[in-house]
Amino acid sequence: MRNAFAKQLTALGEQDERIVLLSGDIGNRMFDDFKQRCPGRFFNCGIAEGNMMSMAAGLAMSGMRPVVYTITPFVTTRCLEQIRVDVCYHRVPVVIMGVGGGLAYASLGATHHSCEDIGFLRLLPNMAVVCPGDAVETRAALKAAIACEHGVYVRLGKKGEPEVHSGDIDFELGKAIVLAKGKQVTLVSTGNMLPVAVEAADLLQADGIEAGVASMHTVKPLDTGFLNQAFASCEVVVTVEEHSAIGGLGGAVAEWLSEQEVAGAKLLRIGTADHFLHEAGNQQHARECYQIDAASIVERILSLESRL
Amino acid sequence: MSVLPDTSVDLTAVARQLRRHVVRMSHEGRAPHLGSSLSCIDILVAAYWDTLKIDPASPDDPDRDRFILSKGHAAAALYATLAERGFFPSEELAEYNCAGSRFPEQPSPGAVPGVEAATGSLGHGLSLGLGMALAARIQNRSYRVMAVVSDGECNEGTVWEAAMFAAAQQLDNVAVVVDYNRWQATGRSEEIMAIDPMIDKWKAFGWATASVDGHDIDRLVEQFNQLPLQSGRPSAIVARTTKGKGISFMEDDNNWHYRIPNEDELQAALAELDGDSDA
Repeated sequence: MRNAFAKQLTALGEQDERIVLLSGDIGNRMFDDFKQRCPGRFFNCGIAEGNMMSMAAGLAMSGMRPVVYTITPFVTTRCLEQIRVDVCYHRVPVVIMGVGGGLAYASLGATHHSCEDIGFLRLLPNMAVVCPGDAVETRAALKAAIACEHGVYVRLGKKGEPEVHSGDIDFELGKAIVLAKGKQVTLVSTGNMLPVAVEAADLLQADGIEAGVASMHTVKPLDTGFLNQAFASCEVVVTVEEHSAIGGLGGAVAEWLSEQEVAGAKLLRIGTADHFLHEAGNQQHARECYQIDAASIVERILSLESRL
Repeated sequence: MSVLPDTSVDLTAVARQLRRHVVRMSHEGRAPHLGSSLSCIDILVAAYWDTLKIDPASPDDPDRDRFILSKGHAAAALYATLAERGFFPSEELAEYNCAGSRFPEQPSPGAVPGVEAATGSLGHGLSLGLGMALAARIQNRSYRVMAVVSDGECNEGTVWEAAMFAAAQQLDNVAVVVDYNRWQATGRSEEIMAIDPMIDKWKAFGWATASVDGHDIDRLVEQFNQLPLQSGRPSAIVARTTKGKGISFMEDDNNWHYRIPNEDELQAALAELDGDSDA
């Protein structure tokens, strides 16, 4: 996803001289092309995220379209105060790009995990939260985010994620993309869990359960039109995210659901549990620990069989 | 685009008028931080009546100089300055801190013409200013950025993140003015955090520096008009100030960080300021 981001940003930056890239001392060589094609519009802001985020707001107040990029926990929770006050309170167009959302940096330990960021940023007024599901969605999300007049948080995975979409997609902020409709189960995925959700749906199909998948790339604003349909048309709606089951997509859907008049499908929230991981391991291992890998998701869904 | 004020104006009289405003505003609006407002008034007068290229009739001109009062708790001084400088009628200052008005104790974004940023949370203003200064460089504009920070505010780590970044980028279109009154909310600044030697810190961080009597408007103007103090470096001016300046019984008394003058104190303060004008 990060390479798709860098390439797309360079293409957009060539067309739009307002675009300026701020990096928190990461992306070695990744932005060489941007630096060359958009001279004077790349700044390595060092390991100083608070200053970086406020500067982005100052740039945005002065007519620029800053894109702020570093590792997810550091571009979100580390400088949450600057996002809240300088970006959101002033309602200025800053695009916040977090690389390594969720457990993408699993092996670096919990300092580099990010399973709370969607919740924190979703709370902020004037902030949209977008979690692309693959490289194709990443390109579309970046373009849409830069066109916004307010802050947008875009949560990326890392690199080498499978591409779920083939070719162009119809992408609109706040509109879920339905990959397959399911009569019994609808898996509603956000961010880098999209390939996992697709895999889980395939496993369910193999078990004879009609499962559909949607990419809920935008957590805020929530696509309530899609949710209405999903809850009315199947038995179980499963939110899937590499984020705490508290406060993220599952939390947002639960908040919305609590105020609906008609009881529809049951909601199952797949997300990380309310504890830190203390052991070594790669992303797949971390997903298994948190039981958010495809097999665990299927098991959780099948345990609701009475409902199916 | 710049409209400079009438140079025949007596700037010490302007400062007295601003002090009258902030004392009244604190009393009538029941708002604290009067000592902090009085501390920075002469800095504001020097900047707004001499140095800044601004036009009250076009507060959004993209080429205007940017002034950020990073110590947002002194917003009363900024509101009074903007009113007297012609950004809005000074009668509106009576709405300060009134429910429903556009003048909260600390400025909100976009509400009052001339307020560049909503400040109040410390350690933001200089960094915002650096963003504005970078934009000037990218857009090839010649405006300058001035941020006023308090010495207490320099407790915040982001101030020093900004200091390192500005020096690395050689942002000589940025100046920080430290309102160095040596008090913060609950005590002597140098006793709470080792902020001294203040000027040496900025120097060590790569800034061109100057120290000036923060209540001598002529000297402040002189320094401001020398900006940048050195080509290729951001400028730091440490303005030696007295908290509560201008009202004898408030000067250097940190109780006036929070205290609000009662009717008698208001009248005594106004009498002192009027007495000054007769002198």
